[in-house]
Amino acid sequence: MNLLVGTIQLSIKSLWLHPLRSLLTVLGIFIGVASVIWLLAISKGIGDEAVRQVESLGADTIMIRTVKPPSEKMSSTGLTPYGLMRDEFDMLVETVPTIKSALPIREMRRQFQFKDRKLDGRLVGCTPEYAEVTHLDLAAGHFITDTENSALDTHCVLAAKVAEKLFPYEDPLGQRIYLPENKNYYLVVGVLKPKGSTAAIGGSMAAQDFSYDVYIPIKTLQNRIGDTVMSIRPGSREGEVIELNQITLRVFDVANVKQTAELVKAALNAHDRMEDIAVVVPLELLEQVRTTQWMFWIFTVMIASISLLVGGIGIMNIMLATVTERTREIGIRRALGAKRFHIITQFLAETSVLSLAGGITGILFGLLCGPTVNLARLIANTFWTDQMKELPQVVQTLQPSIVPESIVGAFAVSIIVGLIFGIYPAIRAAKMSPIEALRHE
Amino acid sequence: MLEQKQDARNFACRVVDLKKEYVLKSETVRALRGVSFDVPEGDYVAIMGPSGSGKSTLLNMLGCLDQPTSGSLWLGGDDVATMNDNQLATIRSQRIGFVFQSYNLIQQLTVVENIQVPLFYQGRSLTREQNKRTYELAKMVGLGQRLDHRPTQLSGGQQQRVAIARSLVNNPYFILADEPTGNLDSRTSEEILQLFERLNVEGKTIILVTHEDEVSKRAKRVVRLKDGRLQWDKTNTQEIRDAAAQYAIDNMPVEA
Ligand SMILES: Nc1ncnc2c1ncn2[C@@H]1O[C@H](COP(=O)(O)OP(=O)(O)OP(=O)(O)O)[C@@H](O)[C@H]1O
Ligand SMILES: [Mg+2]
Repeated sequence: MNLLVGTIQLSIKSLWLHPLRSLLTVLGIFIGVASVIWLLAISKGIGDEAVRQVESLGADTIMIRTVKPPSEKMSSTGLTPYGLMRDEFDMLVETVPTIKSALPIREMRRQFQFKDRKLDGRLVGCTPEYAEVTHLDLAAGHFITDTENSALDTHCVLAAKVAEKLFPYEDPLGQRIYLPENKNYYLVVGVLKPKGSTAAIGGSMAAQDFSYDVYIPIKTLQNRIGDTVMSIRPGSREGEVIELNQITLRVFDVANVKQTAELVKAALNAHDRMEDIAVVVPLELLEQVRTTQWMFWIFTVMIASISLLVGGIGIMNIMLATVTERTREIGIRRALGAKRFHIITQFLAETSVLSLAGGITGILFGLLCGPTVNLARLIANTFWTDQMKELPQVVQTLQPSIVPESIVGAFAVSIIVGLIFGIYPAIRAAKMSPIEALRHE
Repeated sequence: MLEQKQDARNFACRVVDLKKEYVLKSETVRALRGVSFDVPEGDYVAIMGPSGSGKSTLLNMLGCLDQPTSGSLWLGGDDVATMNDNQLATIRSQRIGFVFQSYNLIQQLTVVENIQVPLFYQGRSLTREQNKRTYELAKMVGLGQRLDHRPTQLSGGQQQRVAIARSLVNNPYFILADEPTGNLDSRTSEEILQLFERLNVEGKTIILVTHEDEVSKRAKRVVRLKDGRLQWDKTNTQEIRDAAAQYAIDNMPVEA
């Protein structure tokens, strides 16, 4: 006990002889350890967000989306109808037994107006189940109901941002919003809570944003607006003829997801030629995300190992210099009764103190990852507001999440590095004959 | 064997036909060619001889820093000639006190800590007596006021006195000193020699290597080596010793 405490005290005293040198050596390990924790925390943060987005799509769902076919497959004159059709929806529901529920969805870009306030957003025609499947929570009122869906109803539900922008002062419930492009009104019966975006689907890279949605019964949309939609933008006239933008299927059991997806693809093979639909299976996306995350982790661990290796070599380099420099001290100690074991322990204690100091400070700095990222973002948002808006969403919302294993691992590795890279210099020190060591200048 | 062991009790050490050869690539250097002598407890021996005669080699052997090629070296009841590295280290920490020409204090330690180094390697926690003894020794060598100083804050003479305190801390069989006054001016040398004399009067066995006749005359006995052999071994009379001590005081340079 006396020996252990004494040895550690001694190593600190010895390291204190060259404070700057010791500090720089510690820095090597510090950077290694801190970078492991940071990289893992950030990659976990990104990965968790990706997983959350995919999971919010639902692991038991399959989405079939209409996509715009490549231009060479469209006829050059007139408007070619494309995408999913209502008949196909009925056919799927009737023929695929593993389907528990199915949602038809039609959506389009529209302008919404209340008084003189206008807003561009997305009009979504859907059924009452939509709210549950897409995890929409109501802040006030109710979602569109069955009776509303069957009747040619003119009710609508507003997403949080729409309500906020169109009704900054009024209570939206009971008010009517106006669609100038179709020249009709809808009565607001519900307002949603804000909701995070979900994973990108249907070939588009952007995550789906639900904040600017207005939901109406799909039958109402079909009757009042129809399948053909012309959008007149300054300088261009575009149109599309689509029956359904998306069919969201839920299966009874997650185990059936892949099999059902295959069945659905086979049933819809008529679209293969046009390439106008895409089948998205969140479960597969999830697996992809997990694989990517794993690859990123392996990559991170590799970088970290390299930086720890470099730190370790730094320690070894310093210790070899120290051993040479302190040959005489080694001789004195040997003459006064130190065994080889004592000399080895002394130098190992010094490398351990160095690497532990690097490890502990590295971990402390690693733990600051979250606050540091938030602070950096706050500063960036304050000074470069516009540039920040253009950055990908991940960067804007990134929440690093410390991986507990990385702390334990980094700590263990820093001790091991100290021992491994310290052992050779220590053995060299202990091997010297006391007389030769004493003679050293 | 048994007889030798019993005899050994009255001797600090006994050297029997000690030989040391250094085998180099082209030749073999025979540094000691068979040296025998006994050092009774309480003796004060000066080892002399021309450069290269084997003084340091002998002292290293006595200090268990090196092993002889042949012969025996009895410390207490043990022949250290047959011991391994670890056993030798244990002997050094328990039975031997070293004083070097260049002091050899450890820079990062204070006066007190330097004095305690041999105890540290005995492996046990310091007892209260040992701590007390450290302070007494520091006081004895006149450094009671400088316990927390580092070697760099001390003069050469002060450092050598710390080294002497250190050599005494483990209550050794004998103190070995290789040219302990070699780096010091005459006044400081005199302080060290007087310290040795006092220790010897108190019963400590001292073996020192020196080049200077004046220093050797202060010892009780002079052993002279030549070409690795004992040339002669004679006892200084009390008159010689007193005269040398008086001479040293008379010839002390006047303080500026
Ligand atoms: N490690 C060694 N390897 C080879 N030869 C050595 C070694 N150490 C000492 N010698 C040789 O042994 C002989 C005795 O050396 P030693 O150092 O004992 O002399 P010394 O009497 O102490 O001399 P000095 O008064 O100059 O210190 C010398 O010839 C020296 O060259
Ligand atoms: Mg010598």
